[in-house]
Formats: sequence, structure tokens, C-alpha cells
Amino acid sequence: MAYCSEKAMNTLLHISTLHYLVLGAALFLLGIIGVLTRRNVVIVLMSIELILNAVNLNLVAFSRYWQSIHGASALHGQVFAIFVITDAAAEAAVGLGILIAFFRNKETVNVDEVNLLKW
Amino acid sequence: MNPPVATAFFFYLLAATMIIGGILVITRKNAVHSALALITALLAQAALYLMLYAPFVAGVQIILYAGGIMVLFLFVIMLISIERNMKERQFNKQWLVGIVAAAALGALFVTVYTKTSRGVSLFIEGRMSYGESQNTQMIANLLFDRHAGMYMFAFEIASLLLLVAIIGAVVMAKKRI
Repeated sequence: MAYCSEKAMNTLLHISTLHYLVLGAALFLLGIIGVLTRRNVVIVLMSIELILNAVNLNLVAFSRYWQSIHGASALHGQVFAIFVITDAAAEAAVGLGILIAFFRNKETVNVDEVNLLKW
Repeated sequence: MNPPVATAFFFYLLAATMIIGGILVITRKNAVHSALALITALLAQAALYLMLYAPFVAGVQIILYAGGIMVLFLFVIMLISIERNMKERQFNKQWLVGIVAAAALGALFVTVYTKTSRGVSLFIEGRMSYGESQNTQMIANLLFDRHAGMYMFAFEIASLLLLVAIIGAVVMAKKRI
């Protein structure tokens, strides 16, 4: 491929921390589009899980970056990622409980029909 | 030690799986299809954790996320009947504003990640040590050790959070409190 410079091919082929961060950012954007755009509550909750996964990817990528600087025991990012997974489990459980209560009352799962407090 | 082989191929394969899974999550009409696409994305993310030499977090991701949270989602999708919702309009009235806001955030990300200082990239890595055999032990040191660990308090708070979440979910989903 004569039209691609050597530096560009080197950046594409040698996977560094930046690649993981860009992938995390792309997943974060997909999650945000899902939260802001969909009407179904279940899919909004699943988009929130996408956002949390993007954050976890950032944390573990930075933990690997820190390991290259501070030695093999700088695993703070991975511990934080475990806590984020625990948090996501708790939040998903409570969110789905709210969804069940909401569905029992109004027989719909659309977020824009929750407008009793709207002025 | 030999560096891993075919790293770029596996990274791009897993990244494509995750991005396609994410796009399928936010665009499918059927919620079960979205849940299956999310499970695919989570398993691809576990493989990316393995590429980042984090085997414990990869195991936790498969067991907890793909095997616990997504199964909970599928159970709830089964309990509520959403066939009526599948025939309705799927996207908000303000979908354009949402996409514009996400595009603005994407422009911010691109600006931050392509900024170099005097031609040098932002995250210069040192010499990588490829060890992963002591990963679980070292995470346990950080979490539980009395002298070297600093996350013991956060661990106890996380278990308290799980207790509160269990009680909250049961109370929210009961028929009569």
C-alpha cells in the first residue's frame, strides 16, 4: 500500500494504550446514543451497561499502562474495574425491579409515557 | 519471553465484534436480540481483558456480567410482555438532539486523543513485563492485605451496597409491600 505512510501503518499495527481508549470512547458514544434515543426501558438499561463496559475498558487499559511504568503490581485499575462490575450488577437489579413495578402499573415499557410529574 | 503474536489481528477482530454488538444493541426492535448482542459484546470485552493481561477481571466479566446480569435482563424481558411495544415507534421524539449531543462528545474525544505534544504521543509505555501468573494473588493483596492493601474499606462498602440492592429490588418488585 504505497499511499499509506509508514508512520500511519505503524500506528495502526502496533496496538498501544491509545487503541483501547479510542475503542472505549466509541462504545461510550454508542451507549449514550442508546440512552438518549430509545423508548424501550430495557434497551435504555442495556445501553447503560454498554457505557459501564466502556469505562471498564478504559480502567483496565490504564492499569496495563501503569504496570509498564510502576512494575507488575500496579493493578489499581483492575480492582476499580471489579468494583464497577459489582456496582453495575446492583444498579441493574434495582433498575429492573423498578421496571417491573412500572410495568405492573401502566402496562407499557416506554420511557416517554412516564409523564405524570410533567408540567 | 516472547511477545504475543498476531496482536493487531485479534484486537481489530474483537473491536469490530464489540462495535457491531453495540450498534445492534441500540438499534434492534426486539429486546431479546439486543440482549444477545450485548452478551456477544461482553464476551468480546472479556477477550480484550485477556489481551490486556487481566485474567481475573476477564473471569469476573464472564461470570458476573455475561452470566449474571444479562441472564437477569433476559428473565425480566421474559416476564414483561413487550410484543405490543415491538409494533410501536422505537425511537424518541428527540432522537436528533441525542445524536447531535453524542457527536459533539465524539468530537471532543477525537480532539483529546489526537493531540500530541511536539510529535510525541500521549501515553508512552515503558518496558512491558508480560507476567500474568501472579495476577489474582496481587489483586487479592490490593483488596485484602492489611498492610499493602488499600481497598478493604471499599470492599466492605461494596458488599453493603449489594445488600441494599437486593432488598431494594425485592421491595420494588413485590406485589404488596
